[in-house]
Amino acid sequence: MAAGWKSESAIRRNARYSSYVEAISPKSGTLKSLLKAFAIGGLTCVISELLGDGIALAFPDLSTELVGAYTSMILVTVAVLFTGFGFYDVIARHGGAGSFLPITGFANAMSSAALEYKSEGLIFGTSVKMFNVVGPVVVNGIVWATVAGIIRYIIMLITL
Amino acid sequence: MSGKNQTLQFKNKPRIISGMSVVGRREGSGPLGDRFDVVIPNAKYNEKTFEKGEQAMFRRAIVGAIEKAGLTPFDIDVLLAGDLLNQLVSSSYVARELPVCYLGLYSACSTMTECLTLGATLIDGGHIVRAACATGSHFATAERQYRYPLEYGCQRPPYSQWTATAAGCSILAAEGEGPAITHATIGRVVDYGINDLNNMGAAMAPAALDTLLAVFSDTGYCVGDFDAIFTGDLGRLGAEILRDLSGEQGLSLGQKYSDCGEMLFSREQNCYCGGSGAGCSASVLNSFILGKMNAGEYNRVLLLATGALMSPTTSYQGETIPCISHGVILENVK
Amino acid sequence: MIFPETWWGFLLSYLMAFIGGGILCAGAQLLIVKTKLTPARILVIFLIFGIFLQTVGAYEPLNNVFGAGISVPIVGFGASLAKGSISYAAEYGIPGAFAGGLIQTAFGIGAAVVASYIVTLLFNAKAK
Repeated sequence: MAAGWKSESAIRRNARYSSYVEAISPKSGTLKSLLKAFAIGGLTCVISELLGDGIALAFPDLSTELVGAYTSMILVTVAVLFTGFGFYDVIARHGGAGSFLPITGFANAMSSAALEYKSEGLIFGTSVKMFNVVGPVVVNGIVWATVAGIIRYIIMLITL
Repeated sequence: MSGKNQTLQFKNKPRIISGMSVVGRREGSGPLGDRFDVVIPNAKYNEKTFEKGEQAMFRRAIVGAIEKAGLTPFDIDVLLAGDLLNQLVSSSYVARELPVCYLGLYSACSTMTECLTLGATLIDGGHIVRAACATGSHFATAERQYRYPLEYGCQRPPYSQWTATAAGCSILAAEGEGPAITHATIGRVVDYGINDLNNMGAAMAPAALDTLLAVFSDTGYCVGDFDAIFTGDLGRLGAEILRDLSGEQGLSLGQKYSDCGEMLFSREQNCYCGGSGAGCSASVLNSFILGKMNAGEYNRVLLLATGALMSPTTSYQGETIPCISHGVILENVK
Repeated sequence: MIFPETWWGFLLSYLMAFIGGGILCAGAQLLIVKTKLTPARILVIFLIFGIFLQTVGAYEPLNNVFGAGISVPIVGFGASLAKGSISYAAEYGIPGAFAGGLIQTAFGIGAAVVASYIVTLLFNAKAK
């Protein structure tokens, strides 16, 4: 078995083993996990909608932009607090994508990394590692948004 | 050992004269809970960080095993120890507090049998008289190194495993009371192309099979010659796969075979497919298996600890998971 | 808001938020279950999807219907980034494209960073 672990026969054996493992591994109940993700993700959005309406009602002078900003700030802060108290990962175990796709998941990813590396100090731990998990989102967001901005700017110049 | 023979035979029969197991609370409330010597009160074991907690647990296991044997650390010639953390910090940081020669060993979750193999070899060769063999793992420290932050909300697939918070130490001696190590089979690195970090059981099962077959062909024993056969931390899925794979080879493991990781947690504990980690086989060996052997319920036992030799870096680079398994045969001899 | 400001209009907007958010999250969950994609990759896919929607001008109409159902998932974050880049580029030229995304999303990111920092001072990570 050790001889030529990348030989033809080993590759065939590995392919056979992979399909066997695929078949024997227990699957998470797809429908159940989809429904849970739907419910928890949907609920997060409804709460945000309610918050937005509430803020707009309480402060009628605020612009729509600012209402949105306040809403997301409140959501983020609550998610960070939930992470601190240790609730968020318990919810997420059920919610799956329903808990990591909304902005609350972004906040959880950031604060969980910040908390985790507290033991290495606030500078080299928390501050360095805070973007450990959310880094890909922020970096890709900035890069592709910039590309989008430039493309639209060029289109604007052409069509003027 | 010559040619293709992977098995060492120990004519002088080094003994396991004592063993100590220290586990976390979740493991302590599992099916084997009342067999462990110490259940730590909290995940940090009253220390400041999880890493220090793991070291405290490790220290407790080593010092406890030495005391149980009626010895002091000065009586131990060599400490053979390993853990899952980078640079073997838990083992080495504990070793700096002990007046003992130290060999740090890494073979992932199969480190316990690697320690026993080398300890038995040193004693059998007459080089030393007593060795302490210890390994441990901790859920929180392993999670940080291999996966995500603790509070990060993510789902795991049902075939994943839960890193055990556990440590175990066995004291090997040239003479004394206790089961002897009669053979040790050194494993080969086996890779069947699994690259799913959550499916360690499936990755490691072929390695366990490879060593299992080597044990049988080198020693001439068959399944019926053992009272029990244990693997380290294949988990429920990996154990099932090993049964299937050995069935293909014409071996029926039947009721004699169990997996330490699977035994550690009950299905109700939400630990997916069971425990994993270097502490898994170490704690079960030094509580359940040693207890049964000393009580005479088992007379010959095969322990195959299994290890996955990957790192997060190589996994991100798309590498598959190389695995290994080392086996030791324990026997009650006169 | 395209729904009338009556009680059933509000109710309808909540329903649409639930459906919109639910569908996006269930879609991401489907990717988790059926493929080996990690959460980080899925987040980036949905983020770029949001940037794309905003760039082609499809985001605003969808947002009018689904409200928070599309703005709260990461798609909305991507759309905000793109919206900022596009509007600042229109105002300041090319340099605006680099700054706009961050300026537009600074409320959320700023709150997340500061809140995370404060929470770190107050709490410790727990092993479950």
